[in-house]
Amino acid sequence: MIDIEKANTTAVERMMEAHPILTGMGKAIDVIPGMKPNLLLHAGPPVTWERMAGPMKGAAYGALIFEGMAKDAAEAEALIQAGEVAFEPCHHHNAAGPMAGLISPSMMVYVVENTTHGNKAYSGLNEGRGKVLRMGAYSPEVIAKLTWMNEVLGPTVDAALKSVGGIDIRTMLAKALHMGDDGHNRLDAASQLYTTALAPHVARVAKNPSTAYEVIKFLGENALSILNPVMAAAKSMTAAGDNVEGSTIVTVMARNGTDFGIRVSGLGESWFTGPAGMVKALYFPGFSEKDANPDIGDSTITETAGFGGFAMASAPAIVTFIGGTAKDAVNTTLDMYEITYAEHKFFTIPYLDFRGTPTGVDIRKVVEKGILPRVNTGVAHREPGVGQVGAGVVTPPANIFEDALVAFAEKYGY
Amino acid sequence: MPATKAEIRSGAYFDSAFLMQLQRNLAALPGVLDAGVVMGTEGNKELLAHIDLLSPEVEKAKPDDLVLVVRAESEAVAAGALGKVDELLTKRKSAVSEEHRPQSLETAVNDLPDAEWVLISVAGRYAAGVAREALRLGKHVFLFSDNVSVDDEISLKQISSSKGLLVMGPDCGTAIIHGVGLGFANKVRLGPIGVVAAAGTGLQQVTSRIHQMGGGVSYGIGTGGRDLSEKVGAITFKQGIDVLSRDPETAVIVLVSKPPAPRVADEVLQVARKAGKPVVVNFIARPLAARQIENLYFAGSLDEAAQMAVELVKNPPQAKAGSLPLERFAPGQRYFRGLFSGGTLAYEAQYILQGYLPRVWANAPLNKEYKLANSLISQEHTIVDLGEDEFTVGRLHPMMDNELRIRRLLEEGEDPSVAVIMLDVVIGFGSHPDPASELAPAVVKAKKAAEAGGRYLEVVAVVTGTGEDPQNLDHQIEQLKGAGVWVSTSNEEVVRYAGQILQGLNAQPTPDGAASTPVDLTGLQKPLAGINVGLESFSENLKVQNVPTVQVDWRPPAGGNDRLMSILERMKQR
Repeated sequence: MIDIEKANTTAVERMMEAHPILTGMGKAIDVIPGMKPNLLLHAGPPVTWERMAGPMKGAAYGALIFEGMAKDAAEAEALIQAGEVAFEPCHHHNAAGPMAGLISPSMMVYVVENTTHGNKAYSGLNEGRGKVLRMGAYSPEVIAKLTWMNEVLGPTVDAALKSVGGIDIRTMLAKALHMGDDGHNRLDAASQLYTTALAPHVARVAKNPSTAYEVIKFLGENALSILNPVMAAAKSMTAAGDNVEGSTIVTVMARNGTDFGIRVSGLGESWFTGPAGMVKALYFPGFSEKDANPDIGDSTITETAGFGGFAMASAPAIVTFIGGTAKDAVNTTLDMYEITYAEHKFFTIPYLDFRGTPTGVDIRKVVEKGILPRVNTGVAHREPGVGQVGAGVVTPPANIFEDALVAFAEKYGY
Repeated sequence: MPATKAEIRSGAYFDSAFLMQLQRNLAALPGVLDAGVVMGTEGNKELLAHIDLLSPEVEKAKPDDLVLVVRAESEAVAAGALGKVDELLTKRKSAVSEEHRPQSLETAVNDLPDAEWVLISVAGRYAAGVAREALRLGKHVFLFSDNVSVDDEISLKQISSSKGLLVMGPDCGTAIIHGVGLGFANKVRLGPIGVVAAAGTGLQQVTSRIHQMGGGVSYGIGTGGRDLSEKVGAITFKQGIDVLSRDPETAVIVLVSKPPAPRVADEVLQVARKAGKPVVVNFIARPLAARQIENLYFAGSLDEAAQMAVELVKNPPQAKAGSLPLERFAPGQRYFRGLFSGGTLAYEAQYILQGYLPRVWANAPLNKEYKLANSLISQEHTIVDLGEDEFTVGRLHPMMDNELRIRRLLEEGEDPSVAVIMLDVVIGFGSHPDPASELAPAVVKAKKAAEAGGRYLEVVAVVTGTGEDPQNLDHQIEQLKGAGVWVSTSNEEVVRYAGQILQGLNAQPTPDGAASTPVDLTGLQKPLAGINVGLESFSENLKVQNVPTVQVDWRPPAGGNDRLMSILERMKQR
C-alpha cells in the first residue's frame, strides 16, 4: 500500500535538497545525453511539425540555418518535410529552453550539476530581448548574433565559469529573491549578481580586452542573462523529484505553444497535455492579441521548482504584468500555497516574514481546489520570424491535472 | 486630420511593463489612434518606426529617455493625451485591494492555527465533506448546513467521538461556547449553567431566560435535531453531558430536546445520572415520570427549565453521603428480584424502576408485554407479587405466612445472576405477629449461600407500619438490619436505592460500542478562534464578538465533479 504523504515528502524534499551548481558550458552534441546531429530539442511536450506553433517553427528554421543545414527558411522547411530532422522535447534530455526552447547540436549549452544527487541539466545561452530565435525570429541578424554567442560568448563564459570554480545557483537565487526578483520573469538582480561574479574571470580568461568588454557588456545589459542557467538549475532540482512511486507532485510543467504538458513524479514518463492558453497580456506598440501565439516555453520549470510566479510576493515590481497592485503579487503567492506541498527550505520571502516559497505542485490540491498554477510569461508572435510582442499572465488548462489524477487513481488503485 | 505628437523625458526610468500599461491607457483615450510609450533604446525606436510613430524628435532620444508618442484624430487630441500622462503616471489602483482569503480549510488552519472550531454552512451536498476535513484537521465542527444525510451524520459523529471532537449539527442553528455565540445566538452572560440542546430555538429560549433571570451560561452545546433519534443515538448529546460534567465552571446542566426517541432518551438520562451535578431535563412532550430523581430535575417547559437551573445554582442540593456497594458484586450479578406481599408496593416499584432499567418482568405487570410466562420462574429483572390469587389458592396470604416467600428468597439467592432482592414487610393488625423473626434468618442464610458461591447478595426491604403496631416497627427494622438488610420505611427510597445499584451494574461503558475519546476541556476553555466556511454573516458575528476569524473563500471541491471528488476522498482515507 503506497503512502502518498510519505512519497510526496520524499519527492519535495529531494527537489529542495538538490544543490545546482553551474559548472561550465559545452556543445549540445558533446554534453547532452542522446543528442544527435539531426536532432532539434524544443520546449514543452512532444509535438508534430504539423501541429507545431509558428514561433517554434521559426526557431527551427533559424536553428537549421545556424547549423548550416539550410541556407534559408524554404530549405529548412524542405529538409523537415523530407523527414531529415528529428524533434524531441528538451525535457526528454534533461534540458529546458525558454519560449521555443530550440537547442541544436552545435549550440553551446550551460551545464548545471546537482551536487546532492549527481544529476545534470542543460540550457542554451540567453539572447537578450528583441528579435531572438527563442521568440521565433530567424533573420540574418538573429543568426549572426547566435553565431557570435556560440563562438565568442559561450567559450569565454565557459572558461570564466571554470576559472571561478562554478556558481551556486541555489544560493544566488535565494539572494535574488531578497532583491526583488521572482526568479523567472524578473531576474534583474540575479543577472547582475551573475555578471558581477563572472566579470573578473572574464577579464582574466578572455582572448583580448575587446572580447572581455563585449562579453561583460552583453551579460550585464541583459536582465535575462541568468534565465537559462536558472532554468537548468530548476530542471536539475525537479528531476531529483522524478519517479517517486506514489507521489502526486508535479515535476515538469512545460508548453510548446500548442499544448501545455505536465509530468507527475509517481506517473513516470507520461505527459498529460491540453491546449496552451492565450496569455492575458500587455502588448508592445503596434501589437495586439491578434498577433499573439498561445503560451510557450519550458520556463515554467521555475514555478515547478518553487519560485518564479509562485514567488511573486518577492517581486512586487512585476505586478504591472497582471495589471494589479503590489498586494496582488502577494496574493498570488498566498494562492500558490493552496496547491503546493511544502514551503521551500532555501528560498524565502522577506515580505511574508521569510516564509518559504510555495513548492511542489500537488495534483490533488489543484483538482480539489480548482486553483491552477500561476504562470507569468512573455508572448511570442504567432507567425515565424517576428519575435516577442508582449508579456502577461496565463494558467495551464485544468484538464491536465484532472487527467493526471485519474491516471494516478488507475495506476495505484484508488 | 490625424496628427502625431511626441514628448521626450530625460532620466525618467520606468519598468517596461509599467510603460506598457501606460501606453494602453493612453491608447484608450477618446480620439487617440495609436500610442507608443517606451524607453529610447535602438530596438524600441525600430519598433516605433515599424508602426509609423517615429519622428525626428524621437529619433534623437537616448536609451535613458522616456519616449511618449501619440497619434490622434487631431493635434489638439494628441496634445491633450500627452497632457494626461502625468495623471496616468501617478494614478494608483485603489489602495484598498481585497484582503487575501484562504481558499481551503487546510490553508485557513495554517493561517489561524489557534482556531478550535470550524463553522460550516455550505450547501448540504458538500457539507459532510467539509466537516470530515475539519475533523481530519482536529477541529470541532459547528455544522449549520441542513440536507446532510443521516448516514453522513452518523459517520461524522463516530469519527468525532473517537477523536474527542464535537460535531454540533447538522442543522444546528445555534451554540454558545464559553460566552461566544455561534450561528444564531443571543448575547448571554457567561455563567455556571451549561446547556445541551437538540433544539435550536429551545437553546435560545432557555439561555435567554437564564440571562433575564440574572443567570449565566458556560456552554450551549447544540447537537442538531436528529441527534436523539434511534439511528444517531445521541452521540453528541452524550458528549455534551460529559463535557459539562467535567467542566469545573459548570455547576448545573440543562438538557433540552424536541421529542426524543424513548429508548435514546432513557440512555441519555442514564448518562445524565452520572454527571455528578444537578441536571435539569426538559424533553418536550415526554411525560414527566417524577419531579426529581437523584440529580435529575424534570421541568415541564423551557421556561421552567431555565428557572430550575437558576434556582439550583443559587441553592445547590446537599450531596448525600454513602456510596453504592457496587464493587462487592461478582461479575455476572446484574438482576433485581422483588418478592412482594403488597400489590400496590409492587406496582410502584415497577413504575419507579422504569427510570433505571429497560424492562422489569412481573406476574402483575404494569405493561402487559412484560408479563412473566411463569410466575414461579423469574427472568432478568422480575417483581413477583406473592399476594396474587395464583399464589394464595389453598394457602395463607404472604402477609401472614412467610413460608412461600422464604423459599423463593433462598431460590433467587442461589441464582448467580441475581444482585439485589427486595422484600416488603407490611405489619399491623392481621399481619404475621413477627415477620422479621422469620425473614431475617432466611436473609442470613441466603447471603451466606451467595458468599459461599463467591457472590455478594444485597437484600433490601421496605417496612410499612408504625411504632404502635403490635409487631413494633423499630423491632422489625432492627431484626432486618441485624441480618444485613438495607431498610427504609419509604418504598420509593428502597426502590431507587436498588435502581441505582442495578443501573451501576448494568451500565455499559460505551453504549454504541465505538471507542470514544473524551473531549479535551483545555481546548474548549481557550479563547475561541474560528474558521468559517459558508455564510459570511457568521464570520461577521464572530468579529463583532472579538473572536479571531478566518473566512474561507470556499468553492465546491473539484468543481463539484463527483468522480474526481470520490477519487480525492479515497486518497484521503487511506
